[in-house]
Amino acid sequence: MSAAPPPIDKTVTHAKKGEQGVALDIAGFNLWYSAKAHALRDVSLAIERGLVTALIGPSGCGKSTLLRSLNRMNDLIDGLRVEGCVLFQGEDIYAPGTDVIALRKRMGMVFQKPNPFPMSITENVVYPLRVDGVRDRRVLAEVCEKALVAAALWDEVKDRLDESALGLSGGQQQRLCIARAIAGDPEVLLMDEPCSALDPIATAKIEELIDELRGRYSIVIVTHNMQQAARVSDNTAFMYLGRLVEYGDTETMFTAPKLRHTLDYVTGRFG
Amino acid sequence: MARAASTKLAARGEPWLWLIGGALALGIAMILGFLALIVINGAAAFWPRPIELVTLVEGRSFAGEPARVEAGRRLYRVGNFDLYGDDFRWIRDADIARIERPSDLLLIERLEWGVFIGRVVSPASSAGDLASAHAAARKRLAAIRALEQGGLGRVNREMEEARLALRKIELASGKESAAHRAAQAEHDRRLGAARAEYDRLAAAIARLKAEDAKDGVVLADSAGREKKVPLSTLVRFHAPNAIGLGGKLAVYAARWWEFLSEEPREANTEGGVLPAIFGTVAMTLILAVIVAPFGVITALYLREYAKQGRLVSVVRVSVNNLAGVPSIVYGVFGLGFFAYLVGAGIDALFFPERLPNPTFGTGGILWSSLTLALLTVPVVIVATEEALAAVPRSMREGSLACGASKWQTIRFVVLPRALPGIMTGLILAMARGAGEVAPLMLVGVVKLAPDLPIDGVFPYLHLERSFMHLGFHVFDVGFQSRNAEAGKPMVFVTVLLLMSLIAALNAVAIIARNRLRRRFAGGQF
Repeated sequence: MSAAPPPIDKTVTHAKKGEQGVALDIAGFNLWYSAKAHALRDVSLAIERGLVTALIGPSGCGKSTLLRSLNRMNDLIDGLRVEGCVLFQGEDIYAPGTDVIALRKRMGMVFQKPNPFPMSITENVVYPLRVDGVRDRRVLAEVCEKALVAAALWDEVKDRLDESALGLSGGQQQRLCIARAIAGDPEVLLMDEPCSALDPIATAKIEELIDELRGRYSIVIVTHNMQQAARVSDNTAFMYLGRLVEYGDTETMFTAPKLRHTLDYVTGRFG
Repeated sequence: MARAASTKLAARGEPWLWLIGGALALGIAMILGFLALIVINGAAAFWPRPIELVTLVEGRSFAGEPARVEAGRRLYRVGNFDLYGDDFRWIRDADIARIERPSDLLLIERLEWGVFIGRVVSPASSAGDLASAHAAARKRLAAIRALEQGGLGRVNREMEEARLALRKIELASGKESAAHRAAQAEHDRRLGAARAEYDRLAAAIARLKAEDAKDGVVLADSAGREKKVPLSTLVRFHAPNAIGLGGKLAVYAARWWEFLSEEPREANTEGGVLPAIFGTVAMTLILAVIVAPFGVITALYLREYAKQGRLVSVVRVSVNNLAGVPSIVYGVFGLGFFAYLVGAGIDALFFPERLPNPTFGTGGILWSSLTLALLTVPVVIVATEEALAAVPRSMREGSLACGASKWQTIRFVVLPRALPGIMTGLILAMARGAGEVAPLMLVGVVKLAPDLPIDGVFPYLHLERSFMHLGFHVFDVGFQSRNAEAGKPMVFVTVLLLMSLIAALNAVAIIARNRLRRRFAGGQF
């Protein structure tokens, strides 16, 4: 295990490979948790539409922070300051006057630990619609089934849709959260280490699910697991100490990265 | 350095464990002892006890129910207050020549003058005849009561309403105006009708009363001194030395039923406590209805919306300190602010015709509930804040990430999840409020309330009325009555009832909370 190389202050970006264009364009993004805690330093990155983008890097490198900046979940933190912009369909989501609630409706989010609400399975899935004031039972049932089928959970829960979601296993809860995230028909799916609290079988199911969702949604996934990133993602972004170090298509990133630093990390020599 | 081969006792912590366990055992023993004292004394108070005929060395004799035995002397409840001028008598053991238990001695509970211990002299009919005559007399008395309270009460209300209607017009358009003259005519007409009705009822009552007076019974004490009383004033009688277990149980049950279902009499030392039960429950429920929204809304703002800074800290500390203010201070505040300021304002605005008699400008059940709500709101606030803080951050984030606004997140996710904790706070607040007496004495509790705060007269819920309360009843019976010895069993019975009532209210709330908890907090991840 070699010592960690010194921080690199220039991002190396490979040529784009997507054909559908850019879903999220992050440009010159800086984030401070407080005056001294500079968590993201000048990050520029284009998330391609319809592909799976993995954010990797050692703990504390800012990948979760970056992910949570995309739907402005970091707004909940006092004393936060950002610079730069994140373009979502050509509009800067950090522009003053942005409707954050409407923005979040267009992005589903899945968290590290499954966080089902204390309600029934159906109520959990249709929560985004309930928030929008949809009351029509037929519509709700339809959306619920569609989302659960898409999240590969329908067969397991179709007979107990009215039971508490808290009675599901961890893996089922996480798939329920994915169903909830896609029930509102978002354009982007943000996943913050969705498998870190799950056993290997549940992890495999989630990975399978991500593969199936590819193309329909632009997925950004934060992961600690190199193999997972290699398996599920099309593009990989390697971050270190708040900077985006290297960004390119996954295969190249894992086999022939342009930087020695990246190679050291993806091969497990440091991190 | 070599480490010790065996672990020292202090390191194992056993001495501390003993200390902690011992403290717990002591606490439990104290609580159990307290409960046992209340339950045993309360449950035994209504059990019929034998009557002893005591013959003294000097030759005199008397009959009484043994109440208490101390070293060298014993206390007898001799009753017959109208004959002896005393309910209880201390006798030195040395003075007693003989104790018998004659089976023909009766214990007679009366509406007036307390119990009578002795025999029925006339009518010298059989026991069965006496019982049926007694039942008829009681029925007649109930009819008189109904006429007095129902009929005369209605007439009095009608007269008062007529007077108030006239006074209202007088205040609005002045005396000697046309409207006032018309109102005066209407008033006189209503009053005349009411007077006629009153006379009719009064005549009916007088007729019944005359009949009642004729139906007398002559009682005699063990020594033969006689006393004539109306038959209807006997509540129940039995021969304690003659009846078996079944009879005793019947008397016991009848006394409990009277206690729970009747109004008090004889300065609250006899009869029942129904108005006090009613007042306690009504006040506690109104308190809960007031304190729950106030406490929850305050806590919501403090925890969810207010910027957590110095000001909020000061508010929070102040709220916590409110819980430590002596309750009588709240009573003073309630009287000064609610009754004399708010209540007087309401009277001046809405009930000017009733002045100078206050309507809301004096103690009442609403002001009592509000005062106790102030007293208990810190409990709800603290519990709610803690329940809100215990809602996992991940759940809020999950909701926000679904595009829910902050309010929707609170409404759909945070509040349901925090509800069991909020209920716990409410239960504690209710328990505290139901047992509080000191402030109530200033803002609405009375020794004897003629009317319940809820009845069949429009508008059915009379929040301005003063009321009776079990806690105050305990104080009144035990420490304010003519005869402390007679009140003692009532104190225990009332305390037992008050505790049961609070336990029942809490049980209902706890069951509700547990149902919620099962729904909202299943398997924790």
